[in-house]
Amino acid sequence: MEEITESKVLDLEEKAVEARQLLISTLLEAGSGHSAGPLGMADIFTAFYFYILNQDPQNPEWVDRDRLILSNGHICPIRYVSMAQAGYFPIEELKTLRKINSRIQGHPHRTALPGLETTSGPLGEGLSQSIGIALAGKLDKKNYQVYCITSDGEHQEGNTWEAIMCAAKYKLDNLTVVIDRNNIQIDGNTEDVMPLESLRLKYESFNWNVLEINGNDIRGFVDAIQTAKTMREKPTCIIAHTVPGKGVDFMENDFTWHGKPPNDKEAKVALAELRTLQGKIRSEHQ
Amino acid sequence: MLNTEFKLNQNLFDENVEKAATRAGYGEGLVALGETNPNVVVLSADLTESVKANAFAEKFPERFFEMGVAEQNMAAVAAGFGVTGKSAFISSYATFSPGKNLETLRTTAVYNDANVKIAGHHAGLMTGPDGATHQATEDLAITRSWPKMRVVVPCDSHQAAKATMFAGDTYGPFYLRFTRDNTPIMTTVETPFEFGKAQTFWITENPTAAIFATGYMLFHALCAAKELEMEGINVLVTNIHTVKPLDEEAVISIAGQTGAIVSVEDHQVDGGLGSAIAEVLAKNRPTPQEFIGLQNTFGESGTISELLTKYGMDTNAIKDAVKKVIGRK
Repeated sequence: MEEITESKVLDLEEKAVEARQLLISTLLEAGSGHSAGPLGMADIFTAFYFYILNQDPQNPEWVDRDRLILSNGHICPIRYVSMAQAGYFPIEELKTLRKINSRIQGHPHRTALPGLETTSGPLGEGLSQSIGIALAGKLDKKNYQVYCITSDGEHQEGNTWEAIMCAAKYKLDNLTVVIDRNNIQIDGNTEDVMPLESLRLKYESFNWNVLEINGNDIRGFVDAIQTAKTMREKPTCIIAHTVPGKGVDFMENDFTWHGKPPNDKEAKVALAELRTLQGKIRSEHQ
Repeated sequence: MLNTEFKLNQNLFDENVEKAATRAGYGEGLVALGETNPNVVVLSADLTESVKANAFAEKFPERFFEMGVAEQNMAAVAAGFGVTGKSAFISSYATFSPGKNLETLRTTAVYNDANVKIAGHHAGLMTGPDGATHQATEDLAITRSWPKMRVVVPCDSHQAAKATMFAGDTYGPFYLRFTRDNTPIMTTVETPFEFGKAQTFWITENPTAAIFATGYMLFHALCAAKELEMEGINVLVTNIHTVKPLDEEAVISIAGQTGAIVSVEDHQVDGGLGSAIAEVLAKNRPTPQEFIGLQNTFGESGTISELLTKYGMDTNAIKDAVKKVIGRK
């Protein structure tokens, strides 16, 4: 991957704003689901689906594709939005989220929709599954990369730490974990519910490379992924600091938006705000 | 008499009958698979020798993965392998896997339809002196309740090797149940293993009851049938190695032929083989049934023969159950 151009970054930022608009409409239509996490991760998912991943939406089973594993399955609405934008399925189908006979289940189900790599939702399991996929890649001498998106809250699961130990043991330099460090979980702020810090020191002491970036800055995230790909003998952890609810003022940094969708009125306000957002997210982190 | 169709061990009632553990059959099956199926990988959680994965580990080190004492991670790593072209066996004690990692397996292996084979070892009271913490007696109920799951309990080491090979070469999640101690070898290498097909090992003319048994308990069922014959009571004994999907046709037909049945398993009577049979018969041909297994209690430390006697699961208990169920006709 060459260094990302300025015009490409601008393209991606536009895509991310469009993703947020689609997300609000999708959540409104669904009537249930999570708002804060998906909004906060819109920039990262856009970067994955429109720049980083070596994939083909027309051939989702391609054996050499990069794998994107979503461990914290509850933020799947943003994954579905990005996949629809990228051409994995029609955008119109986003309206079926959480509804009967839908391919886009409330939590992602691998066999329901081509392009999903795992079934997820129950926390703490995605990194382990990513390890299996990464080990299989090494065994088969494949060059694909394995990316695993995790929440910060799921680092309270013992299974996550079992996996962190295991990935280091097997020196999985084809594996990168991205932590959505938005500091919120259902019951409140992570450091009140069950303190996680220092995530960096914990990962480093488990023998991982650690990079720390602003997860709402697309260029910074892409650069971190490029650095991770050059690392050898160790897996890499990217701690991506994100703002939950990013792009919608009344949702930002409010943990009560973790697990609910907007109502009609709130969606209207959010969409109006997002329409004027071009460039706003970018200027904030410059 | 023994059913000659299955080419059984003709010495199985001898005092010196050859014995081997079903876990040893698992180990043999893995090595055979390693040679024929390059996609087979084996994972272990710090119990490699105990679950007999060591021979595979030595022969195919690049396809063996030591996961340490972390059964949840092992389960989900296997699921990752299983969606990436591999046939992944996870080996641990059945109390931990599928016990401790129950939800991990449910989500990542079973619902996810990953190519994962759960080998649950040291199942049942057969685990003996280790006590109830290590005697898995709920694993069949757990795995049987999972949609489309395939649950196999081999009756001896030969059948264990065949079941292991079949599972390794067949896509999708399986649960294979193994026991620790050496148990009588009832079958031979020639005995066919057909997944999902019940095998009536003991046949007689005009049977008045049938015993359905799974795992090594089949031996006690056969002993009971032989002794009952000398008392003038003729029964059939059927090996149910595949608990799910159950051979419903065979169960219904045998229940119809005999009108009284006894289920025999080293497992809680709640949710295991007996329950599976009762569900089928209640819908199709209600039949008096007695249940041999643990009755609402955990086990404890002791030798297997002491435990089977104390908990009403030995040959005498099976004979009594047969007489009781015939009396209920």
